[in-house]
Amino acid sequence: MSTENSAITPKRESLFSKKNRKLLKDPLGDSNPITIQVLGICSALAITVQLQQAVIMSLSVLFVMIGGNVIVSLLRNLIPDRIRIIVQLVIIASLVIIVDEVLKAYQPDISEKLSVFVGLIITNCIIMGRLEAFALANKPGPSVFDAIGNGMGYAWVLLAVSIVREIFGSGAISLPGMGQVKFLPEEWFIASGGFYENNNLMILPPMALVVVGIIIWIQRSRNEALIED
Amino acid sequence: MNKNATGYTFLFSIVMVLIVGAALAYTSLSLKPLQKKNEADKQMVDILGAVGIITTRENAKNDFPTFVKERLSIDYMGNVLNIKSGNVDSKDASDPFNLDVKKDYRSKKPASELSFPLYICEKEGESIYVIPVAGSGLWGPIWGFVALESDMNTIYGAKFDHKTETPGLGAEIKDKFFSDKFQGKQLRDSAPYFTIEKGGRNTDIHSVDGITGGTITSVGVGEMMNRTLSIYQLYFNSVINSQANNNEY
Repeated sequence: MSTENSAITPKRESLFSKKNRKLLKDPLGDSNPITIQVLGICSALAITVQLQQAVIMSLSVLFVMIGGNVIVSLLRNLIPDRIRIIVQLVIIASLVIIVDEVLKAYQPDISEKLSVFVGLIITNCIIMGRLEAFALANKPGPSVFDAIGNGMGYAWVLLAVSIVREIFGSGAISLPGMGQVKFLPEEWFIASGGFYENNNLMILPPMALVVVGIIIWIQRSRNEALIED
Repeated sequence: MNKNATGYTFLFSIVMVLIVGAALAYTSLSLKPLQKKNEADKQMVDILGAVGIITTRENAKNDFPTFVKERLSIDYMGNVLNIKSGNVDSKDASDPFNLDVKKDYRSKKPASELSFPLYICEKEGESIYVIPVAGSGLWGPIWGFVALESDMNTIYGAKFDHKTETPGLGAEIKDKFFSDKFQGKQLRDSAPYFTIEKGGRNTDIHSVDGITGGTITSVGVGEMMNRTLSIYQLYFNSVINSQANNNEY
């Protein structure tokens, strides 16, 4: 009897059920939006010169992602099918404009460095892809997990690439609110009689591609199931 | 309810646009004062940057009045309209600092209806004249500051910026390597006062090499400099003439 009962009234899904954990974990690794699906590459290459830009960009994308997924998921039974892409675009665009305005007001310097790339979040395929593929067919709860998972999947690649590029390209690390901290002693540099020189290639966009490529390489060599023919 | 009916689709779009519009208008209005302050700080940083003084947003408010001795506004004939000095009052509409040259450029009003700001800085005993310029690049507005030495002819420094030029191409007008080329160049006596040459051509004392792949942006820089300088030239001439007259007595 008791087994029948539990079958009729299923227990409320716990917050960290296996399904939700999968939603969070998969995009970090085996279905990572950047390294596996190769989406959102444009911004990943452009704004990873400094860590602080990558942090702000990641937070912006995370915000737009969660906001977009929740709103679309809440409205999923109301959105007319014929204009669903337009609706998704309007929702994303509004969230991005809000992010842009807030950055201009509170982080003017970083906003200036990110320039057009905040606006280009609108065209970031990761966000549109998740709205269309997940939020439109799922409840808000799982949609939030999906958004956080994919947002973080985007974020960690961005942060990893920008840390490598900033350390080797500028000999420094920067965080929002802290500015850029140069940790290499001045006398190490050739300009002041030392032996060390920053690698300028690291600052140029092609090097971001190489670093992303290395991450993809490491990831696929650890899990051969990911290698396509 | 049929959510694919045409009427419903229209209703949905109208309601959506109203809500989104209201939300965005509210965000924009409530953040405007902060953004205005940031822009003013940035303008101070840029003006000081054009005369080679590096400062930060935080210090700009203090550094600006120290180096910028006078803020002038002139009309299209080069007559002085207003002179201010000391701290900038962001609420005083007659303060030349609050003249928005970018907005004036967008408004497409004839020069006769506009007034033009000029900043006179003092650095190491020399007067340096900073002229704000505004124009269009390829995708959107470009602007900057050109600083002239006390002879009102030699370029002391320049600083350009843009809103949406192509990164790696036109956007490089913002970079130091481009603005550094202007240092020490001289203006011609008549229009065109200064030219940005297309790649490969020889440059002389009156021109600099433009940006490869950023032709339209480079042309925009040349255009805005010449258009603006043609007005300030009238003011400079009158100053030089009056100096000459004074010397005769």
